[in-house]
Amino acid sequence: MTEAYQQLKQRADSGWKALTDGSPIRIMVGAATCGRAAGGLQVIDAFEKAIAANGLQARVHRVGCIGLCYAEVLVDIIVPGQPRITYANVTPTLAGTLVKDYLVGGNPRPDLAIGIRGQGSLDGVPALFDIPDLKPQVRVAMRNCGTIDPSDIDQYIANGGYAGLDRCLSDMQPAEVIEEVLKSGLRGRGGAAFPAAMKWKFLAGAPGPTKYILCNAEEGDPGAYNDKGLLESDPHTVLEGMTIAGYATSASKGYVFIRCVHRDVIKTTQTAIDQAYKQGLLGKNILGTEFNFDISVALTGESYVSGEETALMEAIEGKRAMPRYRPPFPAQVGLWGKPSNINNVKTYAYVPEVLRQGGDWYANIGTERSKGTAIVCLTGNVARPQMAEVPFGLTLRQVIDDVAGGVNPGNEIKLLQTGGPLGGFLGPSEVDVTLDFDEMAGRGAILGSGGIIVGDESSCPVEMAAILADFNNEESCGKCFPCRLGTKHILEMFQTMTEGQAKEGDVDRMLAMGDTLLTSLCGHGQLSVNPIKSAVKYFAGELNAHIIDKVCPAGRCTALAKPG
Amino acid sequence: MTATASTTDRVNQALDSQVKEEVTVLSSLICVQDEFGFLPPESIPMIADYTDSSINDVFGVATFYTHFRFTPPGPHTVEVCWGPSCHVRGASEVMSAVKSELGMEEEGTTEDGLVTWKRSSCAAACAHGPVALVDEMIYGDLTPEAAAQLIKDVR
Repeated sequence: MTEAYQQLKQRADSGWKALTDGSPIRIMVGAATCGRAAGGLQVIDAFEKAIAANGLQARVHRVGCIGLCYAEVLVDIIVPGQPRITYANVTPTLAGTLVKDYLVGGNPRPDLAIGIRGQGSLDGVPALFDIPDLKPQVRVAMRNCGTIDPSDIDQYIANGGYAGLDRCLSDMQPAEVIEEVLKSGLRGRGGAAFPAAMKWKFLAGAPGPTKYILCNAEEGDPGAYNDKGLLESDPHTVLEGMTIAGYATSASKGYVFIRCVHRDVIKTTQTAIDQAYKQGLLGKNILGTEFNFDISVALTGESYVSGEETALMEAIEGKRAMPRYRPPFPAQVGLWGKPSNINNVKTYAYVPEVLRQGGDWYANIGTERSKGTAIVCLTGNVARPQMAEVPFGLTLRQVIDDVAGGVNPGNEIKLLQTGGPLGGFLGPSEVDVTLDFDEMAGRGAILGSGGIIVGDESSCPVEMAAILADFNNEESCGKCFPCRLGTKHILEMFQTMTEGQAKEGDVDRMLAMGDTLLTSLCGHGQLSVNPIKSAVKYFAGELNAHIIDKVCPAGRCTALAKPG
Repeated sequence: MTATASTTDRVNQALDSQVKEEVTVLSSLICVQDEFGFLPPESIPMIADYTDSSINDVFGVATFYTHFRFTPPGPHTVEVCWGPSCHVRGASEVMSAVKSELGMEEEGTTEDGLVTWKRSSCAAACAHGPVALVDEMIYGDLTPEAAAQLIKDVR
């Protein structure tokens, strides 16, 4: 252990002890994007007013998202001598009630609590991680989400943060770090599922001195918000992962690439970067060693394709986010022409724990070829939409039913839309597929960045496909014609189906168009085929009903007849 | 003349607020739009000068990314999500309610100049879909009635 880290850890531990002891009283309010959508800022305001009105000594912290987005606004209260109690669906009125009854009156209101964390117990209230949502979950990358205040680096350090980096810098050669990540079996979480350590090896072998570590936080997939969720809830795990990657590959500079409209994500990330510099965890002579590494935030405009790795580099260079030809690959010629490594936010977020607990520890979780956990966003027609971290190897049904509470009683799952608008559909016959990169790809859908949109019997796969086609057309960058024109044709074909104007043979024409799309320059055009192919595979009957019978079996497409 | 002078001053200030080593055409456009809410016409040649590129390059980048505007937005902005995740939770009905409340089908600014609205493909709060952003504040679990009320309130 470096001396510098030892000092940081000591100070952080004493701060964390004060927090968990509740001295002073702590109120931790979920205020990531989902928390704010549920009114988190108003709840913070209500707590602050009630605390002042009652002359109490208490500190209100903004925390990120534990993942139970449907239950936001989530609030944890820590009072001396009591466990950390979690309350769900807190409104400003309820905030006032909790201050009055608990902080003033001494009644922790177990009837309003959903769980407790850490030491201690409260009659009738389960441990938070025993509730049905959280029980199947294994927290690695999300270990601190909703637990710590992301604007306080000490809370991260007290919970094992920067111990992985410290281990690298004090005990390991760069090549050994790559070996450890290789042992873990960690695969990239941006969609392609390429082994992270292999990518790092390419960069380590490229000539220096200038090399870049790029973190892709563009995350344009509708239905996925886990990258932003991680950065908003625990930015240091991403920064630490990037710094470790920098050490392993002898890179000197990193960029976190975020869309400029997500102001809170940018702010939280920038604050974390500033704090890391202040504590000697970024910059020159990190933790008192010879290692130097810098990180900045790079902003992009609104463009889905800028999440493609070479388009991302174009955007950082300030140009239109249009993909480059490959080869050369980024590990040889990347940002500003220099060797570069790009991973997704989630991939970096795992790295600190892989280094702290070891590659073997991580490889013990998950399946043979998909190691560790998946961070999924379960949305759509489920009882408890949320962001969850589950071990690979569960079935999709387990994840949807056990974690997200399934679809409404009496209703059935009709379709799953996974991996973003370039992913595909899975039909009800595939709900028992194992959560695994390769198993899912074999069924024609990808896990991608982890969005799983559940549609119940009220949803129409043709209308959904038209929405995906609309998105893919609107977001085509226009550089190559198969994608620029092809996505437009696909959209028009799906629209004619929903409007009752489709002709027999349109499905074949669409599949033929799909073959042309495969010749596109980048994944945007190539993968636009997925929604078509999977719609044909799982919903041929429904497509035919729209095309030939002019009937929408779900009754969603208003231009068509409802089923008789 | 004074108005123009103050615009150029503000553009210069915005451009100079960037970290020197990180300045690009895109980063300059972003900070100018942050300052004005749109890209004033006089800012385009200034950005070209500042980044040592052509006016053509600057327009090329500015027209590529969808959130750059060349005219001032109304005092209030409304963005409604139409992504697939919000869609299965009823976004198309919310969208219709917003359009009819605003009295316009296409994206743009209302006749009274008060509200500028656009479609958004994801506001990253999918668990609370359908969602909308009103003056950059996020609202979740919207019904068509609640969405129409939001518009009434903002007006």
